[in-house]
Amino acid sequence: MLALRTMFDAFKNKHGLGVACFIGFAVFFWALFLIALPQIAMLDYSFRFNLPRADIGGPSDVYTLENYAYFFRGNDGGFNALDVGILFKTLVAAVFVTIIDIMICYPIAYILAHSATGVAARLMVIGLIVPFWVNEILRAFAFRILFGATGMINGIGMEIGLWDTPIDFIRADIALYSGLTYAYILLMVFPIFNAVEALDRNQIEAARDMGASWWRVHWRVVLPIAKPGIASGATMVFMLTAGALAAPQILGGPSNLWFTQLIYQWFNESANWQRGSAYAVILLLVCIGFVTMMMRVFKVSIGEIGR
Amino acid sequence: MTTKDIVLDHVSIRFGSYTAVDNAHLTINGGEFFSFLGPSGCGKTTMLRCVSGFSEPTEGRVLIGGKDMKGVGPNKRPTALIFQNLALFPLMSVAENIAFPLEVRGVGKKDRRKKADELLDMIALPGVGDKKVHELSGGQRQRVAIARALAVEPDILLLDEPLSALDLKLRHHMRTELRTIQQRVGLTFIYITHDQGEALTMSDRIAVMNAGVIEQIGDPEAIYNRPKTAFVASFVGETNAIEGKVTAQTGELVVLDTPLGPLKGTAAGGRKYKPGDNCYIFIRPEQLELRDNPAGENAFTTQAVKAEFEGNARLLFLGANGVDLRLTRINTGERPADLAGTAVHVGFDPSKAFVLPHSALAGA
Ligand SMILES: Nc1ncnc2c1ncn2[C@@H]1O[C@H](COP(=O)(O)OP(=O)(O)OP(=O)(O)O)[C@@H](O)[C@H]1O
Ligand SMILES: [Mg+2]
Repeated sequence: MLALRTMFDAFKNKHGLGVACFIGFAVFFWALFLIALPQIAMLDYSFRFNLPRADIGGPSDVYTLENYAYFFRGNDGGFNALDVGILFKTLVAAVFVTIIDIMICYPIAYILAHSATGVAARLMVIGLIVPFWVNEILRAFAFRILFGATGMINGIGMEIGLWDTPIDFIRADIALYSGLTYAYILLMVFPIFNAVEALDRNQIEAARDMGASWWRVHWRVVLPIAKPGIASGATMVFMLTAGALAAPQILGGPSNLWFTQLIYQWFNESANWQRGSAYAVILLLVCIGFVTMMMRVFKVSIGEIGR
Repeated sequence: MTTKDIVLDHVSIRFGSYTAVDNAHLTINGGEFFSFLGPSGCGKTTMLRCVSGFSEPTEGRVLIGGKDMKGVGPNKRPTALIFQNLALFPLMSVAENIAFPLEVRGVGKKDRRKKADELLDMIALPGVGDKKVHELSGGQRQRVAIARALAVEPDILLLDEPLSALDLKLRHHMRTELRTIQQRVGLTFIYITHDQGEALTMSDRIAVMNAGVIEQIGDPEAIYNRPKTAFVASFVGETNAIEGKVTAQTGELVVLDTPLGPLKGTAAGGRKYKPGDNCYIFIRPEQLELRDNPAGENAFTTQAVKAEFEGNARLLFLGANGVDLRLTRINTGERPADLAGTAVHVGFDPSKAFVLPHSALAGA
């Protein structure tokens, strides 16, 4: 509270009372109405029964853990292997996508920050940004076309004789993983770029001068500097991948559900917002828990990520 | 020829059409403390990077210990470079920094630590091995960088203005320290600086550079007392430059027609001038004398503008006929009469003044 006050005062002195009040109000409105209240409403929902309209607010509208219990027990009281399995699979897939993104983006970010100059650098940045002008749905469908049975990849692969029957990339989830990996590349490149850019070129040269191989230069000098960037990129990519809906809907194999699709089904097809909310909260908590655990393992603090 | 000798054989380095180093041709002897001295942007770093192997000369050859270094990478040369900004690794401890070159060579953890501690003792910083680099002072970091460079026992240490980030006192202290370390380890030091004081106090020999060209190579005495070009005369140490036209030369003695009247100086390096040649006559502020009367050799009358007290010396600013001069006198402990605003008679010994052909001056 005190910190907020001093911040407000500093702002007032710099820009005047009117501006300070407006900004203060806008931030408050944003934090309360756009962030806190919807989430609290969802949380509230998740602890209620899915009652007919008439009963809402009535004596049977009480708090319950039923929606959460359902995730673990299912209908029959046994272990809900299906839903837990889908959550687990989603997490593993999100981790997989995140790792691939790190492997692709670290070299890109490094080259962008330290090797590419002038035209090459600008082309690289444009090449990274332009595809994102195309919206998510269109991009997903483009991937579907690319990976489809009669798509470009199968066409070229069969033409040059790498394989002779079309490979079902969709069923094998390769299309999905590629789509998701591609979708969040920017979110990984920029934090890493930010971190690596701060690295003084002389340090790389000093390490080279002392005889370090490229591998060691990266492992001992560049990677430690890039770590907070990787962590913040990985957090974003992981969270967004685990929470992605459009890509799994469009590119996912028919037998493979993403956990978000499950949530979507509760909300939409079953019209059970309470259970959907509970599932969404579960996804959120598990993701946060997983990210915190990973940060522990890799010894990154939340403060470092914020930089 | 020892393994520590370096030969630059007609080395030129160009970036596109821009020539950063122009036809450098010199030999640096093993065990020598050799400095490149020149103003910012004159190509010193470029030259050093070429010796250390980060770049190749556009023309000419670099030989170390008699071997042509063409195609030999920085990691394969017997040189260690200390960067202008030290380039210590911020996320490693001091000991890890020093031991990094050993780690690269596959030395075990225990031996690495032992060697790092030995080196820390040598640079008089025992016990700081576990600190982070940012916990050290500028001078300590400086010494850590030297220790790291020495860890693999290179034959040649290349130092790129390593003292420029330090404050004055520490800089003076580190000068002596560097010289001591150099004499102790007996390595060839190639030292780069734009600070003539540093170059003069530490070096065995100095190469003065201007705009990519090496103007003069010599020991500190020669550079200071017998500059060969107008640039060297004006860059190294304080000096007064008086422009004029040659009227006559007898032996070493040259007479110039200057705005202050005819003045005599010595033709540096036994040069011959023709009447009408545009020249400078250089005279150090400490070689200018105040005279009682305008008679006598090489005397002229000018105006005292202001006086400054510098502790060990008094500085007198003079100016007349568009020629600004500076004159220093040793502080004898007595306060002399205030001359500012009066006419003064000044003269100098022709053998202490050198005449050099007109060309670019430092800072002009
Ligand atoms: N990679 C490069 N490409 C183009 N020009 C360069 C490059 N490196 C250096 N130069 C130019 O070469 C000249 C000499 O640069 P250098 O870094 O050697 O100067 P320096 O003498 O070390 O100066 P300082 O005392 O400021 O460090 C400068 O004009 C610089 O702009
Ligand atoms: Mg430099």
